[in-house]
Amino acid sequence: MPPVLAANAVEKRYGRVNALSGVDLEVEEGQLVGLLGPNGAGKSTLVKIACGLVRPSGGSVEICGAAAGSPGARRTLGYLAELFRFPSWMSADELLTLHQRLAGSPGGPAERAELLELVGLAHARKTRIAAMSKGMQQRLGIAQALVGSPRLLLLDEPTSALDPAGRRVVRGLLEELRRRGTSVLLNSHLLSEIELVCDHVVIVDHGRVVAAGTPDALRRQGGVEIETASGTRRFEDARRSDVPRLVRELVGAGEQIYGVRILASSLEDVYLEVVD
Amino acid sequence: MTTIVLYGLRESLRRKMFAVVLVLTLFFLGLYSWGAHEAFKDTRNFVGPGQQRLNSEDLAGAIVFGLAMFATLFLGAMLSVFLTLNVVRGDAEAGLLQPLVVRPIGRTQLLLARFIGAAGVCAAYVLLVYFISLGVMRWAGGWSPDRIISPGIELAAAVVVVSAIALAGSVFLSPIANGIGTLMIFGAGLMAGLLGEIGHAINSQKLQHISRIAWWVLPFDALYEDALHRLTIDTTGFAKVVLELGPFGGSHRAGTPLLVWSAVFLALVLAAAVAAFSVRDL
Repeated sequence: MPPVLAANAVEKRYGRVNALSGVDLEVEEGQLVGLLGPNGAGKSTLVKIACGLVRPSGGSVEICGAAAGSPGARRTLGYLAELFRFPSWMSADELLTLHQRLAGSPGGPAERAELLELVGLAHARKTRIAAMSKGMQQRLGIAQALVGSPRLLLLDEPTSALDPAGRRVVRGLLEELRRRGTSVLLNSHLLSEIELVCDHVVIVDHGRVVAAGTPDALRRQGGVEIETASGTRRFEDARRSDVPRLVRELVGAGEQIYGVRILASSLEDVYLEVVD
Repeated sequence: MTTIVLYGLRESLRRKMFAVVLVLTLFFLGLYSWGAHEAFKDTRNFVGPGQQRLNSEDLAGAIVFGLAMFATLFLGAMLSVFLTLNVVRGDAEAGLLQPLVVRPIGRTQLLLARFIGAAGVCAAYVLLVYFISLGVMRWAGGWSPDRIISPGIELAAAVVVVSAIALAGSVFLSPIANGIGTLMIFGAGLMAGLLGEIGHAINSQKLQHISRIAWWVLPFDALYEDALHRLTIDTTGFAKVVLELGPFGGSHRAGTPLLVWSAVFLALVLAAAVAAFSVRDL
């Protein structure tokens, strides 16, 4: 079975500027992949290439085995742009109806009600978009992207306009999508968000992938700290597996142990290390 | 495709521009009714030079209705430009287009559906104002043009051509630049028509030739002048001469090749817009 998203050596040039220089990326079925990187790193360009809004200058992107931008690829994905607007005169229900028709979704009113419930807008079914806050529009945008139960969801900064409570709703939503087996490529500036929900993280800088792996694998172990009666002792090169030995040696030396802490770098440390 | 056409229609009807055009139209129709009534009254006993026989109803009717046709063309063109000037680049910059483009409908269908929606509104508007103006002429002076249906269709077609030009411009230009550009093209087409009229009056073959070339480059003016021509197609004699020197570009027969070319021109402009849109990064 091909990956839900497979990007191979993707390049994009805007005049003399290389937005992407040979990016490889895969999103497996049911995987939640976080895309990190500074402004101008090429993250949004990569997402736009995946959904067919931008044509690559080189390389290829396939969605569920179909070339990105082809009708087959577009049928299997949902997308929420970083900067988007919906017709202000439409109600939430009308917008979802429009996208159901365009996506060929047979879901009908039940799907619309379920999606609005999922994003916490069940009460706003008849509310005009003009009367919605930016946060409500953002959540409606996610509901719109989920119309037709896409296999792959491409979210470009979906929480940029949300307050902390709204972010929590989106986090819960992403976890629900993972439970349902929907694959997600999440482009976000918020490291904590990515760290909390993603199975796999890809860090992009200057159009290249500079680090990739699970959040645990990316976080490097940074030694062990042991709190003793004579003070805190730090073992810089020690690893988790060294803890029983270290404790045994300290106890053997007559120390009293009050606590052991395994030190690890955060995703933020890793990010700052690999990004210029 | 129907979904996008209906979406485009609803979007068009909700634009403030549509309300502005409606208000202007009501204002125009009010003034026009008054003016037509006065024109018929004042020309009732009008005769040509040297007591030549002149049907004053034909004269007043054709000239005043020709003026209404120009106003309808102008308002229809304004409406068409403002409904289509931001279909691609403007909507993409606002973030309205991307959620639609990623759906399986495809860019070609999306663009053509938006065109059908906007052009449909404009054509319906032009036909409505045309037939209301016609009703005013019957009420004010009991006058009817020699042809009733075909001039209205040609006038609507001229506005549809302007819509296609604005739509194609929207792929390349920002809304303001596209609006200015399309209105300048529209103005240039009308000016070329006037130039031809001046050439006709002073018997300058070169001016008439330039005007004919402009007809092929911008065929909406040819459609407009042919529509004017059909108003008095059966009129002869001195009245015909007077009517050919209409107030805003003369009435001239465009001929079948030019009418066919207008349809081809429309198809070519739309094809160019679709081709450019299909490769445009959004």
